[in-house]
Amino acid sequence: MADLKVRLHDLEFKNPITLASGTCGFAREMAEFFDPALLGGFFLKGSTLKNRDGNEYPRMAETAAGMLNAVGLQNKGVDYFIENIYPEIKDYDTQLIMNVNGSTVEDYIELAEKVNELDKINAIELNISCPNVKEGGMAFGVTCPGAEMVTREVRKVYHKTLIVKLSPNVTDISEIAKAVERQGADAVSLVNTFLGMAIDAEKRVPKLSTITGGLSGPAIKPIALRMVWQVANAVKIPVVGIGGIMNATDAIEFMLAGASIVQVGTAIFKDPMIALKIVKGLDEYLDRHNIQSANNLIGSLQV
Amino acid sequence: MPKKFVADFNVIQNTALNKTNFLIKIQTESKLPGILPGQFVNVEIKNSQEVFLRRPFSIFEVDYKLNTLAMIVKILGKGSEKLTNIRVGDTLSLVYPLGKHFTKPSASDKILLVGGGSGVAPMLFLAKESGLPKQQVDIILGARTQADHINVQHYSDFATLHYSSEDGSLGEKGFVTQHSVFTQNLKTYDKVYACGPDGMMKAVARQAKLAGVFCEVSLENLMACGFGVCLCCIEPTTKGNLCVCTDGPVFNINELKWQI
Ligand SMILES: Cc1cc2nc3c(=O)[nH]c(=O)nc-3n(C[C@H](O)[C@H](O)[C@H](O)COP(=O)(O)OP(=O)(O)OC[C@H]3O[C@@H](n4cnc5c(N)ncnc54)[C@H](O)[C@@H]3O)c2cc1C
Ligand SMILES: Cc1cc2nc3c(=O)[nH]c(=O)nc-3n(C[C@H](O)[C@H](O)[C@H](O)COP(=O)(O)O)c2cc1C
Ligand code: FES
Repeated sequence: MADLKVRLHDLEFKNPITLASGTCGFAREMAEFFDPALLGGFFLKGSTLKNRDGNEYPRMAETAAGMLNAVGLQNKGVDYFIENIYPEIKDYDTQLIMNVNGSTVEDYIELAEKVNELDKINAIELNISCPNVKEGGMAFGVTCPGAEMVTREVRKVYHKTLIVKLSPNVTDISEIAKAVERQGADAVSLVNTFLGMAIDAEKRVPKLSTITGGLSGPAIKPIALRMVWQVANAVKIPVVGIGGIMNATDAIEFMLAGASIVQVGTAIFKDPMIALKIVKGLDEYLDRHNIQSANNLIGSLQV
Repeated sequence: MPKKFVADFNVIQNTALNKTNFLIKIQTESKLPGILPGQFVNVEIKNSQEVFLRRPFSIFEVDYKLNTLAMIVKILGKGSEKLTNIRVGDTLSLVYPLGKHFTKPSASDKILLVGGGSGVAPMLFLAKESGLPKQQVDIILGARTQADHINVQHYSDFATLHYSSEDGSLGEKGFVTQHSVFTQNLKTYDKVYACGPDGMMKAVARQAKLAGVFCEVSLENLMACGFGVCLCCIEPTTKGNLCVCTDGPVFNINELKWQI
C-alpha cells in the first residue's frame, strides 16, 4: 500500500482522484453508488448567483470516443445550494469544491464571498472556461486581461484555496495560466471542454440546440495531456489535470505530466464506479514501481 | 448502503420477437433490489467503435428468485443493433435500477395501458405488477402492421388485450387513439398509462386531458449518464427543466409543457 495522500496548495487530498464539475452532480448522486469518503474530492456542479434553466434540449450528442454537451450551467443558484444541498453533503469526509460561474466580474465576486462563508468548502474552482453560455464564462477565460481581471477581483474577497479552471479554446494556454498565477491563483485546473459541433446529416440539422457545444471524453485526452504538460512547465502553482481520463493509466499519465490531482469526468457516465477503480489501479501501479508516495509521481516524467 | 448499482449480468436468453424486437434476459449473482414498472437500466454496448455511451432500456420482467431481468430491445440504430447480436453466455454491464416508477393504481381503479413499439415493455410489466384483477386492466397495443406487433398472448392472464394497426392487419384499423376503447370508453378508466413513440404519447395525452382522466407517460429523452449528474436529458415541466432519468422517465401529463 503506497501513500496516496497528495497536497494541492494547502489542501490535503486522501488520494489524487477527484470527480469533475458537471459530471458528478452535487456528490450526493454519486453517494447512491459508493461512499464519497473513498475519493480525494468532488468538484461540484457549476453554480451561478441566480437560478439558470440552461439551454434547450437536445443538449448532448455522442461522438467518436466522446460526447458534446451544451448544458449551459443549469442550476438553482448559490442560495438554493447553501440552504438545501450544502447541509446534506457538508459532512462527507472528502474535499468538496465549488465550481463558480458568472456573467460579470461582480457575479464572480458575490459568489466567492458567499462560498467563503461555508466551513466545509475549502476551495473554489473559478470557471472562466464554460463554452456553453452566451454571456461571460469563456469570454473571461480566453484572453489574458480577462482571466487576470476575474482572478484578481476574486482573490481580494476569497481567502481559501483558489483554483482557476482554464479553457483549452485559446492559442496559448500557458500564457493564460501564467496570467492567473500572477494575480494570486493558488492552482489551475485544465482542461474544460473543447468547442465542437455535430450534425445530423439525414435531417440536415445540428444535433445540439445551441449548434456548437463542448467536447469531452477520451477523444480530447492527448490534447489535454499536452496542455497539462505545457502549463505544469510554465507555472509554479500546482496543476489539476482534466480531460478524457478513462482509467488508472490515463490518470497516471496526467500526474507524470505534472498534475498534482486529476479529475475524472465523462468516464463516470460510462461507469459510475470508475473513480474507485482508478484509485485502486493507481495504488497497484505505485506498488509495482516501488514508489512510496503518490507525491513522487507528480511531474516525474523522464524527458 | 448503495441504492444504485453497476454490475455484470449473464445473458441467458436472446430471442427475436419479430423482425426488429428482441427479448433479452439476463441474470446476476447478487440479489436484485426492488424494481417497479417504469424503471429502467443503462446498458453498456461493448466493443463498438461508434457507440460511446450506455443505452437506456425499460425493465420488462423481474424474477427475484432467479435474479433475472428482462428487457425488450427494438433495433433503432447502431447501439440497439449491436445489443441484439449478443449471445447467451455473454456478459452485459448494467447500471440499475434507474428512474421513477408509474403511480401504483389503487385497488378499485380501472386502468388502461397503451403501448407502442418497444413501449410495450413497461406496460406489460405494469399490468403484471398492478395487483388488479384482470377485469380492471385493459391493454391496447398499437403498431403499423401485424408483423410489427409482438406476441404477448400470455399477458391475457393479467389483462384484456386490444390491438390496433395502421393497416388494419391486426385488431382495429388506425392509431391507438382511434381505437374504440378511446373513442367510446375512455372516461370509464381511472388511470391511463402510456409508453411509446412521442407522437403516440402526445395523442394519448390529448385524449386523456380532454376526458379529464389521470394520465402518466414514460419519456425516452436522449441520455448520457442516466442517474442525474449530466443534466442532458431534461424535459421542460411546470417545475422547470427536470431530468427524465431521475425525476422521470414517468411524468403526469399535467406536469409537461406539451402543446396538446
Ligand atoms: C427511460 C428509457 C427507456 C427506454 N426503454 C426502451 C425499451 O424498453 N426498449 C427499446 O427498444 N428502447 C427503449 N428506449 C430507447 C432506447 O434507449 C433507444 O432506442 C436507444 O438508445 C437507441 O440507441 P441506438 O444506438 O440504437 O441508436 P442511435 O444510433 O444512437 O440513434 C439512431 C437514430 O435514432 C435517434 N435517437 C436515438 N435515441 C433517441 C431518443 N432517445 N430520442 C430521439 N431520437 C433518438 C438518433 O438521433 C438517430 O437518428 C428507452 C429510452 C429511455 C430514455
Ligand atoms: C455534461 C457536462 C457538464 C459539465 N459541466 C461543467 C460545469 O458546470 N463546470 C465546469 O467547470 N466544467 C463542466 N464540464 C467540464 C468537465 O468538468 C471537464 O472539464 C471536461 O468534461 C473534460 O473532462 P472529461 O473528458 O474527463 O469529461 C462539464 C462536462 C460535461 C460533459
Ligand atoms: S441522463 Fe444525465 S442527468 Fe439524465
